[in-house]
Amino acid sequence: MPELLIKTQHLTKTYQMGEVKVHALRGVDLEIHKGEFIAIMGASGSGKTTFMNLLGCLDHPSGGTYWLDGTDVHAISDTELTRIRNQKIGYVFQSFYLLPRTTAMENVELPLLYRNKLNHHQRHELAISAMRKVSIEDRMHHFPNQLSGGQQQRVAIARAIVNEPVFLLADEPTGNLDTRTSLEVMAVFQQLHKEGKTIVLVTHEQDIASYAQRNITFRDGKIVADTTNPNPKDALSDLARLPKLDEEE
Amino acid sequence: MNIFGILRIAIKSLGRNKTRTFLTMLGIMIGVAAVIAMLAIGQGAKKIVDDQINSMGTNVIIISSNFSSQRSTVQSAAGSGNLLEVEDTEAIRDRIDGVLYASTVFTTFGQLKFEGNNWRTGVMGVDADYFNIRDMQAEQGHLFYPSDVENSTKVCVIGKTVADNLFGEADPLEKIIRIRNVPFKVVGVLKAKGQNSMGQDQDDTVIAPYSTVYARLLGQRWRNMMIMVSAESKERIHIVQQDILDLLQSRHRGTTSEEFYVRTQTDLAEAASSVSDTMTILLASIAGISLLVGGIGIMNIMLVSVTERIKEIGIRMAVGANKKDVLLQFIIEAVTISIFGGLIGIGLGFLASGIVGKYMNWAVEVTPWSVMLSVGFSCAIGIFFGWYPASKAANLNLIDALRYE
Repeated sequence: MPELLIKTQHLTKTYQMGEVKVHALRGVDLEIHKGEFIAIMGASGSGKTTFMNLLGCLDHPSGGTYWLDGTDVHAISDTELTRIRNQKIGYVFQSFYLLPRTTAMENVELPLLYRNKLNHHQRHELAISAMRKVSIEDRMHHFPNQLSGGQQQRVAIARAIVNEPVFLLADEPTGNLDTRTSLEVMAVFQQLHKEGKTIVLVTHEQDIASYAQRNITFRDGKIVADTTNPNPKDALSDLARLPKLDEEE
Repeated sequence: MNIFGILRIAIKSLGRNKTRTFLTMLGIMIGVAAVIAMLAIGQGAKKIVDDQINSMGTNVIIISSNFSSQRSTVQSAAGSGNLLEVEDTEAIRDRIDGVLYASTVFTTFGQLKFEGNNWRTGVMGVDADYFNIRDMQAEQGHLFYPSDVENSTKVCVIGKTVADNLFGEADPLEKIIRIRNVPFKVVGVLKAKGQNSMGQDQDDTVIAPYSTVYARLLGQRWRNMMIMVSAESKERIHIVQQDILDLLQSRHRGTTSEEFYVRTQTDLAEAASSVSDTMTILLASIAGISLLVGGIGIMNIMLVSVTERIKEIGIRMAVGANKKDVLLQFIIEAVTISIFGGLIGIGLGFLASGIVGKYMNWAVEVTPWSVMLSVGFSCAIGIFFGWYPASKAANLNLIDALRYE
């Protein structure tokens, strides 16, 4: 069994909405090991997004404990949390969240800017190698509005992996993309997984989840199913089976 | 992140909104330019006064007396009341150490006439020493001598302006002009001094022996008598000043020191400069208000900019920017606006000062400290007015910022 990467124990999150207390998470126990490719599923309001925010150290839990790579994330300061976000987690969002009017290159470099002790050249080389991994390096001087959705998501993935994080957290990464581009993005994730990356992907599409090794389903703030997918689909071969487009690029 | 990295980010994001950045800068530019121009004008005014006082001569002491003194009513003619006498001048010259020159000075006005030409100007009655005190030389002919004063000779020297107006192209030397119908012979024309910095024509004057002016023009009444003294050295000037006051009091029994005005050039300069300093501060404060308004403009735009970029802030925080990074980014943006605005404002201030100087014929002077003051002030404004929007940005909740639409 590979090394344990993430362990949550009875993780809860409660929001105060005026008079009413909303229990978004009602105690989640989960273990994730290095090298896993996990899809978290659930209808909207099931708590999967809240769980993703906690997993990504974007928010504080109301109760329970969360261990990430040996650190008790629940108990550390905001500054430390920022450092963890910067160096241990890579984010991929549904609407890409690239900075507008900023080149692909600069977007990918962004996490490196907040990591000290890197000079201009080191940043440049790391950014290029990250973009090469997702085959977007030929677009490095383009602005986000000059790129297609799939290309923008590749830039976002390059930004997520540029700091060599311990795991990738993707929130509905294919939610804004058509079938073909979704498959392309999933192929990128599967490739990164093959290279040893741990990936946690949040989606509400069963079809997308079937590309992952392990599926976790949320309902009403709790995990209701945790299944292993023995034969995940292969995005590249599915892509090859799609009917050819009349006009290729 | 280091400060240069943040600076690069700040400049880049300002560059994305060029028009807005420029308009925001404009407020600071105008403010700084106004402060610099106002300080330059104030400095110019001060310089004018200084020049005027310096143009009196070197180490000059001016002595006058209190006109409203009630002590001299019995012996003196009605309407006089001036305590000073020509003998005081002699006494100062002869008995006080450190006095180089001393001269009685009467001033009056008179209508001058030569053949068909008329000219009205100031007439001075002085000792021959006066020319040394004021450092005056003759360009044509000669100055009058002590013997002319002793004999009340009807001679005079005239300034260039007077010569031009009465004689035109003709040679004024040895000609007889009439001052209030009294004939005076022109023995010399003074070397032109030109306008002083206030635009007064220093060559529009007639100078004659005081004895002649006293007897012929003033009708033997002591009027407007002053004594001008030139001290040997700057160091001794205050000792000489005190000695003169003591001497005058001992010569005029029963008077108090308040009845004589014995003022050095420095005293005059200080009095004048305190006036011009007040004016400078007033002008600069008004200009400072426009700088303040410019600062509020920065705050306004920074607040808009923070609201517009909530999502950007969220993304930056998600990928590893901490509160300090975000705070610094926005403060540096504000400071960059204010410093660039300040630098351009300095240029505009120089320009405005130059224009004012040219059209008002006013010796404006931009001093280095006014430039430093403006730069420092605009930098402080950037930090002060940038702080609130920046801390608003830095304290945003990450999740809310990220999900903000």
